Amino acid sequence: MNSKLYKIGRRLLQAVPSVLGVIVISFVLTRALPGDPAVYFAGAMADQESIQQVRQALGLDRSWIEQFFIYVGNLVQGDWGQSLKTGQPVTEELLKRLPASMELTLIGLGLAIAVAVPLGILAATNPGSWVDHVCRMLVTAGVSLPTFFTGLFLVYIFYYLLGWSPSPLGRLDIVYLSPPHVTGFYIIDSLLAGDLETFRGAVAQLILPAATLGLFALAPIARMTRGAMLGALASDYVRTARANGLSRATVLMTYAFRNASLPVLTTLGMVFSFLLGANVLVEKVFSWPGIGSFAIEALVASDYAAVQGFVLSMALLFVAVNLTIDVILTMTDPRVGLGD
Amino acid sequence: MSQFAGHFRYVMSENPVTVISFSLFLFIIFIGIFGPAIAPYDPIATAASNALKPPSWAHPFGTDHLGRDVLSRVVVATRLDLGIALSAVVLSFIVGSALGSAAGFWGGWWDRIVGRFSDTIMAFPLFVLAMGIVAAMGNTVENIVYATAIINLPFYIRVSRAETSIRRSAGYVDAARLSGSSEVRILATQVFPNILPPMMVQVSLNMGWAILNAAGLSFIGLGVRAPEAEWGIMVAEGATYIVSGEWWLALFPGAALMIAVFCFNLMGDGLRDLVDPQRRT
Amino acid sequence: MDPRHFLDVDQLSVEFRTRNGIVEALKKVSLYVDKGEVLGVVGESGSGKSVSAYTVIGLLDRAGYATEGTAMFDGISLFDAKESQLRDLRGREISMIFQNPRAALNPIRPVGKQIEDVLRRHAQTSSPNLKEKAIDMLDQVKIVNPEQRYWSYPFELSGGMCQRVMIAIALACNPRLLIADEPTTGLDVTTQKATMDLIQELTQKRNMSVILITHDLGMAAAYCDRLVVMQKGEVVETAPVDQLFVNPQHAYTKKLIAASPGPNSELADLTAVPDEMAESELESKVAPLPRQPVMPSGTANLLEVHSLVKEFPVRDQIGFHLPWSKKPEQEEVFRAVDDISFLLTRGESLGLVGESGCGKSTTSSMITRLLDPTKGDIVFDGENITSFSAAQFARLPQRTKIQMVFQDPTDSLNPRYTATDTIAEPLKRLLGMDVRKDINDKVRELAAMVGLPEHLLTRFPHQLSGGQKARVGIARAIAVDPLLLILDEPTSALDVSVQAVVLQLLDRLKHELGMSYIFVSHDLNVVRLLCERVIVMNRGKIIEAGTADEVLRNPKEEYTQNLISSIPHFEPEKQKVKAS
Repeated sequence: MNSKLYKIGRRLLQAVPSVLGVIVISFVLTRALPGDPAVYFAGAMADQESIQQVRQALGLDRSWIEQFFIYVGNLVQGDWGQSLKTGQPVTEELLKRLPASMELTLIGLGLAIAVAVPLGILAATNPGSWVDHVCRMLVTAGVSLPTFFTGLFLVYIFYYLLGWSPSPLGRLDIVYLSPPHVTGFYIIDSLLAGDLETFRGAVAQLILPAATLGLFALAPIARMTRGAMLGALASDYVRTARANGLSRATVLMTYAFRNASLPVLTTLGMVFSFLLGANVLVEKVFSWPGIGSFAIEALVASDYAAVQGFVLSMALLFVAVNLTIDVILTMTDPRVGLGD
Repeated sequence: MSQFAGHFRYVMSENPVTVISFSLFLFIIFIGIFGPAIAPYDPIATAASNALKPPSWAHPFGTDHLGRDVLSRVVVATRLDLGIALSAVVLSFIVGSALGSAAGFWGGWWDRIVGRFSDTIMAFPLFVLAMGIVAAMGNTVENIVYATAIINLPFYIRVSRAETSIRRSAGYVDAARLSGSSEVRILATQVFPNILPPMMVQVSLNMGWAILNAAGLSFIGLGVRAPEAEWGIMVAEGATYIVSGEWWLALFPGAALMIAVFCFNLMGDGLRDLVDPQRRT
Repeated sequence: MDPRHFLDVDQLSVEFRTRNGIVEALKKVSLYVDKGEVLGVVGESGSGKSVSAYTVIGLLDRAGYATEGTAMFDGISLFDAKESQLRDLRGREISMIFQNPRAALNPIRPVGKQIEDVLRRHAQTSSPNLKEKAIDMLDQVKIVNPEQRYWSYPFELSGGMCQRVMIAIALACNPRLLIADEPTTGLDVTTQKATMDLIQELTQKRNMSVILITHDLGMAAAYCDRLVVMQKGEVVETAPVDQLFVNPQHAYTKKLIAASPGPNSELADLTAVPDEMAESELESKVAPLPRQPVMPSGTANLLEVHSLVKEFPVRDQIGFHLPWSKKPEQEEVFRAVDDISFLLTRGESLGLVGESGCGKSTTSSMITRLLDPTKGDIVFDGENITSFSAAQFARLPQRTKIQMVFQDPTDSLNPRYTATDTIAEPLKRLLGMDVRKDINDKVRELAAMVGLPEHLLTRFPHQLSGGQKARVGIARAIAVDPLLLILDEPTSALDVSVQAVVLQLLDRLKHELGMSYIFVSHDLNVVRLLCERVIVMNRGKIIEAGTADEVLRNPKEEYTQNLISSIPHFEPEKQKVKAS
C-alpha cells in the first residue's frame, strides 16, 4: 500500500509541469495577438487613455518575464480579466455557466458509457454476429458524423417532424422557473426541491443535446471496448483460465474485462477532451447557456480576456480529469509506475 | 513498378471496402479539382426571388436563404474543405513524424523535450485549443490550417515515437550499423520505412478528423467568412432554418462532410495494406 | 492392467480455415496414454503436436475444427460432450500448462488468487480454506515464502517461478491427466531441469498421466516412457523410449535423432540421414570438411581482450531520494561484464557459453564495437580498437573485418528489404560498390556460397523459411570478407534439423574463408561441434576456460558441472530408475 501511495503522489507531482505548460501556452496566446494587445483588451470603444490604463494594469509595457509573473499572479488571485461584453469579471462568468455545461457533458458521457461498454463487450464475445456488425457500423458512422450535424438533425426529426421534443432553446422552457440553486444542476436541484414539473421540463430539454453528445462519445468508447475485449479474450492468460475450466462468467469478467477496462479507462480521458470541444458546438445548436456559448459569443465580439479565460479553464479542467483517471489506473493496475 | 501494380490489384481484390473507399476518394478529389468548372450555377450569385426553394430538378439540392444553389455551393466547397484538411495533415505529418521518430530513436533528453511539448498540447481539449489559437493569431483561413496542424501534431509524434522505439533495438538496426551506415541513415532508410504502415492509418484517420475540425471551427464563425462556400459555414447558415422545416440547407453540406470523413476513415486499412510488404503473399 | 487406454485418440483429423484456403493441420493422428504413463510428443515446428493437445482439451481456435476421429478420455467421448461438461473436466480431470508462463498468467491478479479461482470453480475446498490450500500449493511447487508470494503479481516473478505457479494452478484440483505444451521453452537450462524435475516429482507422486510436448529429444528421452514422433500433421512413429533411440524405424525419426547434438556427436553425423525435404540440392548437400588442426600461430593473436568491464546505471526503483541527499558513491551500477580477459588466435574458434544474464551478449556487442566498454582494452589484429568510439569505428576499414550473425533471423532482417537488398547493404556501405551489375553478381556469388537458391533472392523475409532467413543473415555477414565472425546464438531459433545443416554450413565457410569464430550460446553440445576452445561465463565473470572436450567431459568448476548435468540428452545404454 505504501508504494501505491508513493506512486499516486508521484503522479500528482507529474501534474504540476502539465499545469505549468498550460499556463505558459495560455500566456503566449494572450500575448501573441497581432498588433497591440492592450488595444484588444481595452476593447473597440476605448480611447487612448483607457488603452494606456489597460496597458499599465496588465503590465504590457514591461519585459516578457515580468509580464509572465504578473499574469500568473493575477491568475492565482482569481483575476482573469474583465469580459468586455458583460463588464463582469471573467471568473464570475465562467463559474456561473459551468454547472450548465457540466450537467450536459456528464449526462452525455454517462449515456455513452451505458450503451457503448455493453455493446463493445457483446460485440467482442459474439464476433460475426449482428451485434458485432451493429457495433462496427455505429463506430464507423460515429467517428464520421459531425456533432453539429447530428444535433441539428435530431432537432429536425424529434422537434419539427415528430413534435416529441420541446423547442431547442436552452435549459428550461419559459413556462418553468429555474429551481432554487444548490448545485446548479437543474436535474438535481429540482429533485431536491421536490418540484417534479420542473424536473420533467429540465429532462425534456436535456434529452436531445445529451443524446447528441452521447452519440459523439459512443463511437470511440465502443471501439476501444470491443478492441480491448477482443485482445483480452485472445490472450494467453484467458486461454489458461479456459484450460482450467473456469466458468464463462469468471473468464469474461474477472479475467477478460478487468484487463480490458484499463485501456478503456485511458480512452475515457481522450474522449473527455473531445467532449469539451464538442460541447461548444452542441451548446450553439441548442442555445444552451453554458461555457461553450459564452466562448462563442466572446469570440464573435473579440472579447479576448473571456476567450482566453475559457481556454485556460477548459485546460485546467481537463488536467484534473486526466489526473483522476490516472490515479484510478494507478490504484487498479499494479504495473503502473514501472519503467518510467 | 510492375510489382507494385500487381500488389495494388491484389489489395483491391482482397477487400471490397478498400475498392469502395478508394473510388470514393478519387471521386472526391475529382470534384475538388474540377468543382468550380462543373458546378451548374455560380455559387455566390444571389437571387432573392428564388430563396428557400426545396430540391427540384432545376436545383437538386434546393436553394438557400439568399437564393443561391446549394448543389453548386456544396461542390465548390469541396476544394476549400479538402484543401484546408490536406495542408494541415501534411504539415502535421512531416513535422510530427520527424520529431517523434528522432525522439524515439535517440531517446535521452531530446525525447523528454519532445514528449513535454506533445504532452502540453494534449493537456488542452484540442478543439478548444484550436479556438484559442485562431483567436490569438487572427481569424483567417491560413490560421485555421496552422491551428489544425498544431493540434494534430501530438498524434503523429506519439505514433512515430512509439513505433520507432519498438524497432530501434531490432537486429537489423544493429546489422545496419555493422554494415557501416550512420545513425541518421539508419533512421531514414531502415527504421522509418517500417513505421510507415501504422502511420498511414493515422494519416487517414487524421484527415477525417481535420475536416471535422475545420468545419467545426467555421460552424462557430471562425476562419471562413460569408459568402465563401464551405461546408461548415453552410451548415451554420442552414441551422436557423431547420426549426422551420427547411432541411435542405443544412443536410446536403452536412452529408457531404460525413461522406468525406467516412471515406477517409475507411481508407485507413487499405492504405496500410498497400504500404506494408508483409501483406504481399 | 487396464485394457482400455486412459486417453485414446483415434484417427483424428483437424482442418483450419485460413485466408489462403483450407489447411490440414492433423491427418489421421492416433495416440494413447495409459494411467500413470508419461507420453512424449516430439516434432519440429508445424508438426501438429500442439494442435493435437488443443483439440483434445477442446480449446481449438475458432477457425479450426475436427473433420474425423474420436477422442476418449476414461470412457467419455470428448467430442460428443457438451461445452459445460468439458468445462467441468478441464482443471479437474485434464489440465494443461503452456510455454511463456508469464504471459499465460493474468497480469493484474495476484498469483495466489489465480490458484484460488480454480479451486473455487471445482469446489475442492470450502471457502475459508481456499487461501490456505492455495498457499499450500505454492509450497508444493517449491516457491519460497508462499504466504508472501500469494500476493505477488506475475511481473514480479521470474520466468521459472511463473511456470511453477502455472503448475500449481494446473495441479491444484488433482487432475488425472496433465498436458504440458513446451513448458520449458525460453527458460534457462538449469531452470529447465528444475522445472521438469518438479513436474516429474509431483506427477509421479499422484500417479498422474502426462503428455509432454516438446521439440527437444533429449528432454523427451529423460522424462518420458513412450514417444510419439510427429511430422507435418502425421504420426510417423510410436515406441517406448529405449526402443526408439536404439532402433528407430522411420526415416524422419532417424534424421531427427541424428540432428540432435549430444556430448559425443560429430558435426558430420548431424546430417547422416539425407534431407529429402530440402528446397534444393544446394541446401542439403553441405558436406563438412574434416576438422583441421589449428595452425601453429607464428602470427600474432587475432584478438586480445584485456580486463574488459561494462557497467550499466541502475534506475532508481521505488526509493525516493531528494536530489541532495544521495551521496555520489552510492550510485547504483550493474556490472554486466566484470573484468574478463581472453585471447583468440587466427583461424581458431572460441565458444562463449553461459545462461541468460551472464554477460556473453554484452561481451560480443563490445567486441563488434556496437557498445563502448566502460574499462579495458580490445586489441584486434594488432590494433587497439577501444580507443575509437563506436561511431568512429563504423568508418574505419576494420569495420569490415569484424562482423556478426544474429540470433533471431526474423528480427535481424529488415521486413521491407528483399534478400538481395539485405545482402547488398554492406557491399554498398562498406565496400562502396555502386554498380548495380557488380552488386548483383556478388550477391549471387554469396548466395551460392551459403546454399541459398537464387530464385529466393527477390523475396521478403516473411516469404522465407527460418533456415533460409538464417542463410541470408550469414551471407550478409560474410559479404565483406571478415576475419572475425561473432555468432550470437545463430541457431537457437531454428528447428533441430535445420540447425544441423546451418552448423555444417558455418563450419565449411570457416575453412573456405579462413575466418575465426566466436560462438555465443547456452548450448554446450552445439558449441562443442564448431569450437576448439570454450569459455564459460556467469554473472559477468569467466568461470572456466579450456578446450571444448576438456570442459565438457571434465569440468572443474561447480557451476560448469551443474550446467552440463542440466542438459538433458539420451544415452541408450543408461537405464532410468523411476521412483516407486
